[in-house]
Amino acid sequence: MHETREALDAQAQEILKENEGRELKAKDRIQIPVQSMPSQDPVVRITNMHEVALGYTEAQVRAEALRCLQCKNKPCISGCPVGIDIPAFIAKTAEGKFAEAAAIIKESSLLPSICGRVCPQESQCQLPCTVGKSLKDVDCSVSIGRIERFVADWARENNQEVIPTVAPETGKRVAVVGSGPAGISAAADLRRAGHQVVMFEALHKAGGVLVYGIPEFRLPKTIVEHELKTLSDMGVEIRRNFLVGKTRTLKELMEKDGFDAVFVGSGAGLPRFLNIEGENYVGVFSANEYLTRSNLMKAYDRDHSRTPIYNSHRVAVFGGGNVAMDAARTAKRLGAEEVTIVYRRTEAEMPARKEEVGHAKEEGINFLLLHAPLAIVADEKGRVNGVKLITCELGEPDASGRRRPVEIPGSEKIYDFDTVIVAIGNDSNPLIHATTEGLEVNKWGNFIVNEETLETSIKGVYAGGDIVLGAATVILAMGQGRKAAKAMNEYLATL
Amino acid sequence: MNTILSKEQLSAEVFRMEIEAPEIAQARKPGQFIILQMGGDFDERIPLTIADASVERGSITLIFQAVGESTHRLALLEVGDSIANLLGPLGTPTDIRHYGKVVCIGGGIGVAPLYPIVEGMKKAGNDVTVIIGARTKDLLILEEDMRAIADRLIVVTDDGSYGRKALVTEPLKELCESEKIDCVVAIGPPVMMKFVARTTAEYNIHTIVSLNSIMIDGTGMCGGCRVIVDGKTKFACVHGPEFDGHLVDWDNLLLRLSTYHDTEDEAHHRCHIGLHIKEGEA
Repeated sequence: MHETREALDAQAQEILKENEGRELKAKDRIQIPVQSMPSQDPVVRITNMHEVALGYTEAQVRAEALRCLQCKNKPCISGCPVGIDIPAFIAKTAEGKFAEAAAIIKESSLLPSICGRVCPQESQCQLPCTVGKSLKDVDCSVSIGRIERFVADWARENNQEVIPTVAPETGKRVAVVGSGPAGISAAADLRRAGHQVVMFEALHKAGGVLVYGIPEFRLPKTIVEHELKTLSDMGVEIRRNFLVGKTRTLKELMEKDGFDAVFVGSGAGLPRFLNIEGENYVGVFSANEYLTRSNLMKAYDRDHSRTPIYNSHRVAVFGGGNVAMDAARTAKRLGAEEVTIVYRRTEAEMPARKEEVGHAKEEGINFLLLHAPLAIVADEKGRVNGVKLITCELGEPDASGRRRPVEIPGSEKIYDFDTVIVAIGNDSNPLIHATTEGLEVNKWGNFIVNEETLETSIKGVYAGGDIVLGAATVILAMGQGRKAAKAMNEYLATL
Repeated sequence: MNTILSKEQLSAEVFRMEIEAPEIAQARKPGQFIILQMGGDFDERIPLTIADASVERGSITLIFQAVGESTHRLALLEVGDSIANLLGPLGTPTDIRHYGKVVCIGGGIGVAPLYPIVEGMKKAGNDVTVIIGARTKDLLILEEDMRAIADRLIVVTDDGSYGRKALVTEPLKELCESEKIDCVVAIGPPVMMKFVARTTAEYNIHTIVSLNSIMIDGTGMCGGCRVIVDGKTKFACVHGPEFDGHLVDWDNLLLRLSTYHDTEDEAHHRCHIGLHIKEGEA
């Protein structure tokens, strides 16, 4: 049963009234129910691209903030990759001092509106939360991410954001390669230190995965544009349509164009395929391609976009991560009658954020678990008309600690699909490595860096985000961008 | 940025534009391409091979055929206008070296990207024979430019309206029979390249082809351009666009190129109406 934002707000108002003026004990706080995230009705939202989660109301955010015990050991902070002082900003939120709460978050995180939306909180800050632990359910932890999102949105909408101050010009020049989360955070911290920063982006729009990968219904592009505008206002130059490694090599940037240091945050931009039979038939797409068509090229707006997107009726999405959920939900919105996530393990092992899996289910996405693709079949015109799947069972845990799927012999069956979207991850893009002598990478093509400074094998060249980590998360990339910027600022001071 | 310096109509639907792009001009090598996007949220990204460049003028030259909605709109731009987004150079350059006797074959609009390769092959000290072909006389381009740099030029048209009435494979086969050819480069419609590769395979002549598969970003990110070469999946944008023609799975390439045919046909028709251009006249 879908609850409206108004109904949820009324419930929160009641909670606030009950607790007004009371001295709340831990027991009282724990008894306050988790505030649900208001969302668009699933029946409606599968016909549009607007954001699904609507954000807490003011009453809701204050009610949720009251659930925080302000415990002494603050386990949530150690669960946050960038170490936000979570209890402090939640305390300010409970008091209704949203501007102050936002300022506390901004001390550690540059992109709270984005992270509040896309971080996997249930495996980070909310995992060790004392409230969740006492209720023996991580879903009952304080909804830190939802509070973060409210506070960040409030500050943006009310022009109460702290604009980062820029130190006097140092005369040093830094190139930032890639304008995704790693690049954005590195650029901001480097600029704050007074360096001249030029950010290079290959595509015609900046933002990296935030723009081409994550759909509008999960992260509105106006928010990304706002964050990029803040960078420009600080004096960071953003050069689009510039592919480092092709337009200019990394060495040319340093030796000819006078950059004193370079941060590479070029991402994990090479889609992986399964290498099964039929993967190059018409109707098989990488999730990158499918999502880029829809998000960056706006193919979902069929009346205006000049980029076509495949007409699908029965879509199979291979994979169980956030990208798989994004692709499946996009396909549904583009009109596919049936969309099925095909995953070889069970829901418990799915790497996707819990909220995304929940939203996908509400939207009628099918989940075919414990099934692995063997081959893709097509008609005489080479157009996909089926997928051969085999049933699996879970065996012993593998290197990742997740139980390994074991195929059950003889259980193969062909299922009827006309489109396949492969969402099983990305390898690192080889362009920069291939054109930069002396740059060391591991066997997956990820840059090898000093763990403390994130400096690569070339002096003055630093790297962070997916190009180092392999496919990871926005917040980890952001954390690495900041870490590298800190080391770069120290390095630049010695020049 | 990206200002159009000159524009010329070469044939019924083919245009030549010189565009200010100093960085691309400096970095580009024969065989590479650019991707352009005409601005705003809704325009598509179109890959086009670089036909020429001048470091002194800081410009690149594109030769394109108005075949879809976007290339028609590109054709409507005039000198002084600029192209909002231009990315390049992309792809791996042609493997130019001293082979000995080289035959370069261009079909239709494929003659344009062939030009810098012929130039490069000449500079590398090769004896270069050029074969250019088109459906009909009006669609033939760069004949004089090619004649100026090639050791020999053979012109063919499908309908015999100009030059010899033949497909490009006919003079090619005769050359293979009569002399020792060391390398063949072919750029044109996939079907033409397929048959060129089939012809040269009999004589075991190294054959380079340039594949025009469907692309979005051009940097390896989307995988839409994947082609099968020697049984393995390759991305035309970063591993190519040039491959060994004898190892390309042509049937798969042709299938994949047809992915959006239904929507494209509709769009082509619509843009002729919307832009008030008569069919066949760009």
